[in-house]
Amino acid sequence: MYRYLLHRLLMMVPLLIGITLISFTVIHLAPGEPTDMQTQMNPQAGSDLQAKLHKQYGLDKPLPEQYLLWLGRLVRLDFGESFAQDNRPVLDKIAERLPVTILLNLLSLAVILAIALPLGVISAVRRNSFFDRATTVLVFVGFAMPSFWLALLLMDWLGVRLGVLPVSGLKSLGYEYMNLSSQLFDRISHLILPVFIAALGGLAGFSRYMRSTMLDVIRQDYIMTARAKGLSERVVIYKHALRNALLPVITILGLSVPGLIGGSVIFETIFAIPGMGKLFYDGVMMRDYPLIMGVLVIGAVLTLVGNLLADLSYALADPRIRNSE
Amino acid sequence: MKLGLALLLMLLLTACPDDQLTGLEPPVAKVPAFGDTFIEGSIGDASTLLPILASDSASSEINGLIYSGLVRYDGQLKVVGELAESWEISADNLTITFHLRQGVKWHDGAPMTSADVLFTYQLYIDPETPTAYAESYLQVKKAEAPDDYTFRVTYAEPYAPALMSWGMSVLPKHLLEGKKITASSLARHPIGTGPYRFVEWQGGEKIVLEANRDYFEGSSYIKRFVFRIIPDTSTQFLELQTGGLDFMALSPLQYDRQTDTLAFKRLFNKYRYLAFGYTYLGYNLKRPMFQDRRVRQALAYAIDKQEIIDGVLLGYGQAATGPYKPDAWVYNADVPRYAYNPEKARQLLAESGWVDTDGDKILEKNGAPFQFTIVTNQGNDLRSKAGEIIQRRFREVGIDVQLRVIEWATFLKEFINPGNFDATILGWSGGPEPDQYEIWHSSKTGPRELNFIGYKNPEVDLLLEQGRRSFDRPARKKIYDRFQQILAEDQPYTFLFVGEALPAVASRFYGIEPTAAGIRYNFTQWYVPKSLQKFSR
Amino acid sequence: MVVQRKSFWVQVVWGQLKHNRMALFGGLIVLLMFLFAGLASLLPGDPAAIDIKQALLAPGGSHLLGTDDLGRDVLLRMLYGARISLLVGFVAVGISTLLGILVGALAGFYGGWVDALVMRFVDIMLCFPTFFLILAVIAFLQPSIWNIMIVIGITSWMGVARLVRAEFLSLREREFVLAARAVGASDLRLIFRHMLPNALSPVLVSATLGIAGAILTESALSFLGIGVQPPTPSWGNMLIAGKQTLGYAWWLSVFPGLAILVTVLGYNLLGEGVRDALDPRLKD
Repeated sequence: MYRYLLHRLLMMVPLLIGITLISFTVIHLAPGEPTDMQTQMNPQAGSDLQAKLHKQYGLDKPLPEQYLLWLGRLVRLDFGESFAQDNRPVLDKIAERLPVTILLNLLSLAVILAIALPLGVISAVRRNSFFDRATTVLVFVGFAMPSFWLALLLMDWLGVRLGVLPVSGLKSLGYEYMNLSSQLFDRISHLILPVFIAALGGLAGFSRYMRSTMLDVIRQDYIMTARAKGLSERVVIYKHALRNALLPVITILGLSVPGLIGGSVIFETIFAIPGMGKLFYDGVMMRDYPLIMGVLVIGAVLTLVGNLLADLSYALADPRIRNSE
Repeated sequence: MKLGLALLLMLLLTACPDDQLTGLEPPVAKVPAFGDTFIEGSIGDASTLLPILASDSASSEINGLIYSGLVRYDGQLKVVGELAESWEISADNLTITFHLRQGVKWHDGAPMTSADVLFTYQLYIDPETPTAYAESYLQVKKAEAPDDYTFRVTYAEPYAPALMSWGMSVLPKHLLEGKKITASSLARHPIGTGPYRFVEWQGGEKIVLEANRDYFEGSSYIKRFVFRIIPDTSTQFLELQTGGLDFMALSPLQYDRQTDTLAFKRLFNKYRYLAFGYTYLGYNLKRPMFQDRRVRQALAYAIDKQEIIDGVLLGYGQAATGPYKPDAWVYNADVPRYAYNPEKARQLLAESGWVDTDGDKILEKNGAPFQFTIVTNQGNDLRSKAGEIIQRRFREVGIDVQLRVIEWATFLKEFINPGNFDATILGWSGGPEPDQYEIWHSSKTGPRELNFIGYKNPEVDLLLEQGRRSFDRPARKKIYDRFQQILAEDQPYTFLFVGEALPAVASRFYGIEPTAAGIRYNFTQWYVPKSLQKFSR
Repeated sequence: MVVQRKSFWVQVVWGQLKHNRMALFGGLIVLLMFLFAGLASLLPGDPAAIDIKQALLAPGGSHLLGTDDLGRDVLLRMLYGARISLLVGFVAVGISTLLGILVGALAGFYGGWVDALVMRFVDIMLCFPTFFLILAVIAFLQPSIWNIMIVIGITSWMGVARLVRAEFLSLREREFVLAARAVGASDLRLIFRHMLPNALSPVLVSATLGIAGAILTESALSFLGIGVQPPTPSWGNMLIAGKQTLGYAWWLSVFPGLAILVTVLGYNLLGEGVRDALDPRLKD
């Protein structure tokens, strides 16, 4: 197992280097400069401010040198300082925003699994039934609905008209003065809508995937055998088939990380949640190079970690893999 | 003129709060009381709470509450003392001597003195400081602090914007001296002398301030100020309706059509006043097709400004005729106005050689069709919509116009800076100070300077130079009247409109007195009567 | 082989599809949307005709779906918007599919270190949150409709590449390929004439689903203000413009919103149906 882990970790090194290279390249393709944002269209701005900023940010050096300098600092976990006027370390900025994004994504992933897996299994077992068709259409409606639109409609309905859920944000004003249970309740009520919206788009993918792996498994010989042995259908499906059908889902979990993180831009913006997606978008609009590159790298690394965790759990669950490596 | 308009505005404004409704409510003792929280929504987070480095409106708003300047504008847009108790301007208009208030303390308890002011000035002109505001202070020849409560500046030439330039936030010397300004922790934990002191800043979520009980003008009434970051305006509006916000700048459509419900009127008062700033269509005068003044005048005739105001602002604005808003003292109403007249536009175009020779409904001159592209920046709905209307109207007089909406950084880098555009829809915001040197003087047409349309008029140059050297209001008025006259005749821009600010404020807040300066100038005087206070802590 | 494949497609796929009512429904929606997009130029009227006096009219009367805040006819804008949205979907997916096929075929056909290298690159690309990449590039380029299509295309080819590679790896050892190779067919001929046609079915499914994804991505970009820019109407930017008037002029958001919803749903159902029809395991 340790050898397997070591092998997997070593394989990540070239991936990491590739990730940094692409992150760097994407940014430097762009027209527009970070310094424009601070110096332009301001009747008071002197014209040598541009040069001052340029030098301050090291933008006067050739690109390969900039990349190597950046990579060198990255290795020491130094993501540089933001180009925004606050000049804060990028890592601080990301660290401040990352937990919320991870929390929301984990919660929505949990919701997705809790809903999509049973749906997929039942759909597979009752293939082509009314239930199968209806849920298929429903999960795809969820996928097809522009999320910000649905979010606004729900905020208007549940937040303004019915007044049962807060419209936006993560906690109420005066949260600090609440007792523990009210704090918990406050947190949860703020999370319901964003988590629901974030989860809705993912239901289709997971439930369909579950359905098809389940269908696969049901057709396997050993299931046929189990059936032939006269085991009840219930035992066959939920004991033998389900366990094996769940394995491939673990891989998909790892692969779904980038999609979820990417989608967070939208729901963080609409729900006024200070997460990494919004941070990234603001950084892009301000040409905050170190921040953009930092978030891209962190986002990609999160995916790598997700994949690694998925592979490890897969290996734990399935001894054939762990021994073959 | 200004007073008349201000009065008219007052009438309009006071008519807004619903009088018939107050009869239904239990009577409220309208006595100023300390307490409660004011929550404002903003689409963007502040960037830095060091005012010398900040250039965005969110930061400026917070900084305005935390820091103080030597002087400020009052509700009548008159310059009054803030940290300065009084000042004298020498007979030759070259020296200003400020006498500072005594006993003013920084939020950390240290005394504020003229050394802080001198230090702040030095910081502004330090070439190592990446500030956007050095320009006005570079005009200073000598600055000195003869004693703890006197600050004196001397200019090489008279400079009219000088006095108000000392409205800049004074920074604490004892916390900044000898440190790199860009690395200062004050950017996240500001210490000022203003009416509010900093409590916390949760990046991307909110900034919280608390009333400075030791404020030198007396503590403000509202205890807490919360600045919530809500990036999406639709979300903001929903949040406002649930009472999650106490203040929001409404869009014309929200103001006009979506806030007429009884429930909304009970919870909020709406206000309207002309905002500082205007939107314009600027022509790149280096392009041959725009060099003929008749063409620019024709374009002005082809645009129906009222249609734009009605369509884009739902009528909440006024036609702009020049760079000043109609209720400013410097405004000259007596300039050519170019009322919508497509016939006249066609005629002027024909006079300058643009006729439709091949019957394709597009004008030609020397075989080349009259085609150009209007560029504007993304994220400003008003501008792109105005562009769509203008595009339509230009086509009617035979001009083929494309509209391109481009993201801000790219817009500046690829189009405005290299002068690589035909025409652009943009806006300038400004204040009561009429100096327009940076925007119109022919010396400011270089790369990255503000006269990017390349406007050159010797008489305008002269007027702008005289204008900023004169301290006498009637004399300045005469100078700027002529300046506006020439701009209106030359039409280097087609001045489109001055929009109205349309704020909604929760109705429990009293003490709001709208003037030409808007409503926020006396925020420290706003209060919530004890019985109406919503937040006890 | 190819000829045989075609008849297989017509018979088997259609044979399966016609029993799959959901897929038929999806196909119908897709067809209808094409019809709408085609209808745009046949209808009289100009989608850009501004008339302030007719602004914000409710649906009914001479404006079947009402008018927007500049008095433009919503129905006409919806029809022209259909073109833009479908164009974005098709071109973006066209680009990603082409790229994916090329990369996947390269890796799958040659195998060995080419495969290892190419697939490492695919792995790296798959690590990035695609929407982040799109955002970064779109904002940096100008958000013209062509740039949007290109960027969506070049950030979403990895799935197709993996599919094609997998197919190629298995096809490589099949008899008809070995036979063609034995008679001296060139690599290009092998790839495009013999192997690719046999690897296309999963690609077709993924492309159908990809179109749905691209339409949604455009609307998400519009939400952030960097989608298709006015005055060009797309369903995405119409929906965003409509969200400003959510509580007042409902028709400005409901119609484009429903159009996106229904179209994306249509492509998904069709894609799933085709997938089922092509899946030999699912034949009873």
